[in-house]
Amino acid sequence: MNNNETANSISFLSEPKGLKSWLFTLDHKRIGILYLGGIMFSFILGGVFAMLIRLELLRPGPDLVSADTYNQLFTLHGAVMIFLFIIPGVPAALGNFVLPLMLGAKDVAFPRLNLASWYIYVVGAAFALYSLHSGAVDTGWTFYTPYSVQTQTSVVSMTLAAFILGFSSIFTGLNFIVTIHKLRAPGQTWFKLPLFVWALYATAIIQVLATPVLGITLLLLILERLFGIGIFDPAMGGDPVLYQHFFWFYSHPAVYIMILPGMGIISELISVFSHKKIFGYKAIAFSSFGIALVSFLVWGHHMFVSGQSEIAAMIFSFLTFLVGIPSGIKVFNWLSTMYKGSISLETPMLYALSFLVLFTIGGLTGIFLGALSVDVHLHDTYFVVAHFHYVMMGGTVMAFLGGLHYWWPKMFGKLYSSLWSKISVALIFIGFNVTFFSQFILGTKGMPRRYYNYLDQFQPLHAFSTVGSWILGLGFLIMFVYLIHSLFRGRRSGPNPWGALTFEWTTPSPPPTYNFKETPRLTHGPYDFDKIAVEETK
Amino acid sequence: MDTTGTLFMPPGQSTLSGEVDSLFYFIFYMSVFFFVLIVAGTIIFVYRYRRRGKAGLTSGVSHNTTLEVTWTVIPLILVLIIFVWGFKTYMRMNVVPKDAIEIKVTGQKWFWSFDYPEGATTVNELVVPVDKPIKLLMSSKDVIHSFFVPAFRMKMDVLPNRYTITWFEAIGAGNYDLLCAEYCGKGHSEMLGKVKVVSDREYAEWLEKGPGTGEGLNPVDFGAQLYKSKACFTCHSVDGTPNIGPSFKGVYGHKASLEKGGETAVDENYLRESILDPQAKIVAGYQPVMPTYQGVLKDKQIDALIAYIKSLKE
Repeated sequence: MNNNETANSISFLSEPKGLKSWLFTLDHKRIGILYLGGIMFSFILGGVFAMLIRLELLRPGPDLVSADTYNQLFTLHGAVMIFLFIIPGVPAALGNFVLPLMLGAKDVAFPRLNLASWYIYVVGAAFALYSLHSGAVDTGWTFYTPYSVQTQTSVVSMTLAAFILGFSSIFTGLNFIVTIHKLRAPGQTWFKLPLFVWALYATAIIQVLATPVLGITLLLLILERLFGIGIFDPAMGGDPVLYQHFFWFYSHPAVYIMILPGMGIISELISVFSHKKIFGYKAIAFSSFGIALVSFLVWGHHMFVSGQSEIAAMIFSFLTFLVGIPSGIKVFNWLSTMYKGSISLETPMLYALSFLVLFTIGGLTGIFLGALSVDVHLHDTYFVVAHFHYVMMGGTVMAFLGGLHYWWPKMFGKLYSSLWSKISVALIFIGFNVTFFSQFILGTKGMPRRYYNYLDQFQPLHAFSTVGSWILGLGFLIMFVYLIHSLFRGRRSGPNPWGALTFEWTTPSPPPTYNFKETPRLTHGPYDFDKIAVEETK
Repeated sequence: MDTTGTLFMPPGQSTLSGEVDSLFYFIFYMSVFFFVLIVAGTIIFVYRYRRRGKAGLTSGVSHNTTLEVTWTVIPLILVLIIFVWGFKTYMRMNVVPKDAIEIKVTGQKWFWSFDYPEGATTVNELVVPVDKPIKLLMSSKDVIHSFFVPAFRMKMDVLPNRYTITWFEAIGAGNYDLLCAEYCGKGHSEMLGKVKVVSDREYAEWLEKGPGTGEGLNPVDFGAQLYKSKACFTCHSVDGTPNIGPSFKGVYGHKASLEKGGETAVDENYLRESILDPQAKIVAGYQPVMPTYQGVLKDKQIDALIAYIKSLKE
């Protein structure tokens, strides 16, 4: 296929036209882009909250906002980033767009359910925004009882938002499981699936199995607040720690809902930009499942100092170490994939390399927190904040951005500025480390998290971290500018700008409404760079 | 910045802090090793195998059993060592020595109070003898708090519906920061205290004298001392800025409008009532969040606090 043909074919973006055709679309690609819009909006919103938090923490004492506002800011930053950005981020936005293309399918298995999931997302987001307007929430994104039962802020609308968003997540998961089972192209056996698909599959299983528990928990919390049923409130004979068990039973697996799809993207990027067969395909695929299963059994490691029994703590610590091993295996596999490759440092690959460095730090610092005695000191300090951001932002967000830059030409048929995107990724990488590495030291020195004010001895590191957030902010600002610029002024992209072997690159950029002119047939594996000579068509 | 201690850890001052730090640094150096391995590998591969011109066919190697077993088994062994090591110290943190002195810790929004076996009560200052195991029996009056002393590497949540127990033994005299580590609302970051570790003799003297009797102080000075030691300052300023509660400055002798309508004269009786039954008359614009000091303050202390508030004129 040549560029001329690409330009002439009718893409899903241009036909049919009109707002209605977008709002009622059943096309997975359009739904993916609708999701992308919502997710980017949430990311900016959560990012602004984060910048304000860092600005307040530049110096000890009250500066910019009051203690109440600060508590609302960190709650909203967490809730928006987790429930509106990072959980739906990779699966619902990128996954929705890419999954059927990778399978050589016309769409997902249930297109209407797919659209419904987006509307549920919008309704959930509306509840979250409403809670912002009606006095915000100040409980932290974890909504711990009994504080969340007693506070005057609008906990009900925010928890209801998370409850509703859960259904959106379940629907996406269900849809993906069926799609992967039923809609693979002829010849595409399980072990010829791209690893991103394996990652989405493992994620979908957690989404379907764990999210209902969050739904039940949040519903109980709402009932507790509205009707005083007395399940969590000690004043009525309830147990606040029970809430923590319920909450983490979802929210620990949810951490893997957030990271597994990111790992899937990294497998694609490293193989494609190293132009090299992926090392240990099965090890990577199965480790996703290993992680998914064991992730259900480690929730108690959030509660080592909550007064739970020592035997429970011991078992949870042991299982926590086990769940770390598959992630380590993946890192070694990615590294080995680059060996004897032909590595090109395009922007998506720079994100993948950033992921490799930052996720390694995130993973290794998890070992400190899994070790019982060390966790007693580090629990609820900035060390945990830093660890979490290294895994979630250094991991998932880097992977998400890598994926976004990888599939951007496919989504919109346009190439963004190579120079500006490289400047931006460098700023983001540096800014991220300045912001968050300092927080490891804050944590080990004893700085607790969720503090509006702090002891003077922590000031230099806090100031350092705040400066980092400005570098980070600048990096993202540049990214938004060149991405939007590329939509209008970007060079046209050919069908396969990176020289990849998966199905989505065999159809024009952007693809026609039904993806492929005829159902493709799989003739080679997704990473057979040792057998297939593939041309880059920029 | 505190420059004592090590790069990461503040100076350790309990019998168990050394054990925690050794495991911390074991994991730290192991992490540095693996981090350098992975980053160096990445840099070498990216440089050595950088694309020159067109990408041709590349090697199809995708397995190496020896390598794969190695990078699974070695990390597994290492984390198992860390698991056992961490668990052993954790058990020592949780098994209280038999001869420990038991002190009751109460957390509430937003201060700590300590009840000693001899009957004394302190707020935000835990006084303990050096080289003696101290058992802490802890509970909360409202939401969950967490008792965190970085120098002792200890932390334990303080719950409203049950007791939690932890212990420590300080190895050096001095004042150490005590912080609340579980988010508990507006005053969370002000819920700070000190652990004052003193010699056996000083501890005995301190108990003998009875803390907070104001011996040799006039009522205003004693009140000023209580304002600090009983943590009134967490919510009430003395410079006129409203905080979680109204400022003490110039409050005496004025009329205050109330949340449920009407007003009240701020006199000795109103101040006394507000200390013992804080919810009775809430000043307009403030939330009913103050805990009662019934049983925490003695009559003489209440008198002194009132005298102090009266002295804070506009």
